[in-house]
Amino acid sequence: MFNLAKMLLIILLLNIPVFPAESSTPQSTDFFSMIFVFMLATFIGLGVITRVSRLLHTPLMSLTNAISAIAVVGSLILTGSDYPSYITWLGAIALFASMTNIVSGFLITDRMLKMFKSPSKASGTGKSKEDKK
Amino acid sequence: MIPAVVQTAYIISTALFVFSLNWMKDPKTARRGVFAGVAAMIIAIGSTLVEPGIVNWDWIALAIVLGFAVGIPLSKVPLTAVPQRTALSHSFGGLAAGLVGTAKFYLWFNEGPENLTAFRMIAIVAEIILGYLTFTGSLMAAGKLQEVKWIPQRPVTYRGQNFINIGLLSIAVIMGILLILNPLQFTYLFPFIIILALLFGILLIIPIGGADMPTVISLLNSYAGLSAVAMGFVLDNKLLVTAGALDGSSGLILSIIMCKAMNRSFTNVLFGAFGQVQKGAQTVEQRTVKTETTEGAAQILEQASSVVIIPGYGMAVAQAQYRIRELYDLLSKNGVDVKFAIHPVAGRMPGHMNVLLAEANIPYEKLVEMDDINPDMAQVDVALVVGANDVVNPAARHDNSSPIYGMPIINADKAKMCFAIKRTMNPGFAGIENELYFAEHTFMLFGDAKAVIGELVKQLSADLIGTEK
Repeated sequence: MFNLAKMLLIILLLNIPVFPAESSTPQSTDFFSMIFVFMLATFIGLGVITRVSRLLHTPLMSLTNAISAIAVVGSLILTGSDYPSYITWLGAIALFASMTNIVSGFLITDRMLKMFKSPSKASGTGKSKEDKK
Repeated sequence: MIPAVVQTAYIISTALFVFSLNWMKDPKTARRGVFAGVAAMIIAIGSTLVEPGIVNWDWIALAIVLGFAVGIPLSKVPLTAVPQRTALSHSFGGLAAGLVGTAKFYLWFNEGPENLTAFRMIAIVAEIILGYLTFTGSLMAAGKLQEVKWIPQRPVTYRGQNFINIGLLSIAVIMGILLILNPLQFTYLFPFIIILALLFGILLIIPIGGADMPTVISLLNSYAGLSAVAMGFVLDNKLLVTAGALDGSSGLILSIIMCKAMNRSFTNVLFGAFGQVQKGAQTVEQRTVKTETTEGAAQILEQASSVVIIPGYGMAVAQAQYRIRELYDLLSKNGVDVKFAIHPVAGRMPGHMNVLLAEANIPYEKLVEMDDINPDMAQVDVALVVGANDVVNPAARHDNSSPIYGMPIINADKAKMCFAIKRTMNPGFAGIENELYFAEHTFMLFGDAKAVIGELVKQLSADLIGTEK
């Protein structure tokens, strides 16, 4: 847990722009700090994911699916801003695709996780649909 | 530059995403992980919407409503169809990344070519290649899993396939480099890169068979995450980079686990075209298998003290999970210790069997990983193989001419007795004869898995009532 907290701290620090907008020229993007963030986030990802229970790999995949649909942020800006109409179109399709992933990803993950029961809860309860036949 | 309030919101979102994945380490805390993820997403979307530049509210509303309209039904698919749903959502993720990259390129190009810096161009090229190849590749994978008619299920191979695939990708990459070096002169190449990436995605998945799907889905998961990372680079948005990196590393780890579980490398999965009927399989001499009736099998199961059930994709196809649950209930009630041995690549995606059995109300403590159960297999009275094939083939351990040689397997053959439920004697997906069926203490129960287990349940409950009286 301590390691995780430390990793979180690093990533939080890296998210804060160290050099706040000095100029708004296109070149101002600090790619090296982006690569830093990417590298550290990948290490955190590797560390966290290796500890995920193997029982839960299917829900894990649908959860990360929903999480990577954070692309919704980019689609929102493209769709919402006052850009030429073809950009709005492309953005709207991207927004639709990301929203679909968010909604279905989180819902199905929760649906699957609800099914994982420990023995005390599972025994006796929740007769299957097939039993009634 | 993104305002400080939004940055703060993004930081909180990032932290919540990490916690969300961290809570997936245990089924007890896992649902908390979903709530953390949802909270992070709401914070991220909310803070983006308060940005001043947003004016097209009608378009946003329309896309969000449509997203819900499609997303909700997609979350209600039967659990056997979860692999194709997952592949489909990878393809949506890839599509979103590709479209945003395309839009950004033309936007910057029209606003003024000085916007197209080398770094941005590298990010855009990476984003569109990854995005579009994930889009068509995952769509193909979803089609194969859903068994859509016009998509061949069996691997399609032809001479020079790998040459063509790698060639296509190289051309796309070379075009990308030209575009990065001189975006103004080579602007016309942009659509061609998109087309090549789309084509490459399709051709990459065509030679892949069902047994390799768990690896391929994980790999596509990784690509979808990486395309989100590339989008983060394009948009100068660290939240996208972190969330995408989490997804990418998750896909990477799952692919590594899947590859290890099949004793194969990435290149072998992607370019090896497994699943063709291997030469040499025909030369195996005709050997006889022993069969057992369900009455006999039921009696043996009743007298056993420990039973290990080994499920495979065949169980999902036959929808036998609920019958297995009944069998589990009856045997447990009778004092038999019943466990389930789960091979990492059983099913069509990582962890598929666990979800299917959990749906049938099998407590998760009874689902045991291959590595944990193998040392105990020799003490097990009965191994019951339901719809699994290659993952229990002892040839993987000793026959170095076998295509699956070296693949870790569940040692069903080491149990004191083994029952294998199978429809016919046809070889499985990999087209390999399974030595297990010819072993001395293996008995076949021919028939549909659901029907056979139903019979076993009927026999057992009759016997048990008989003994109680």
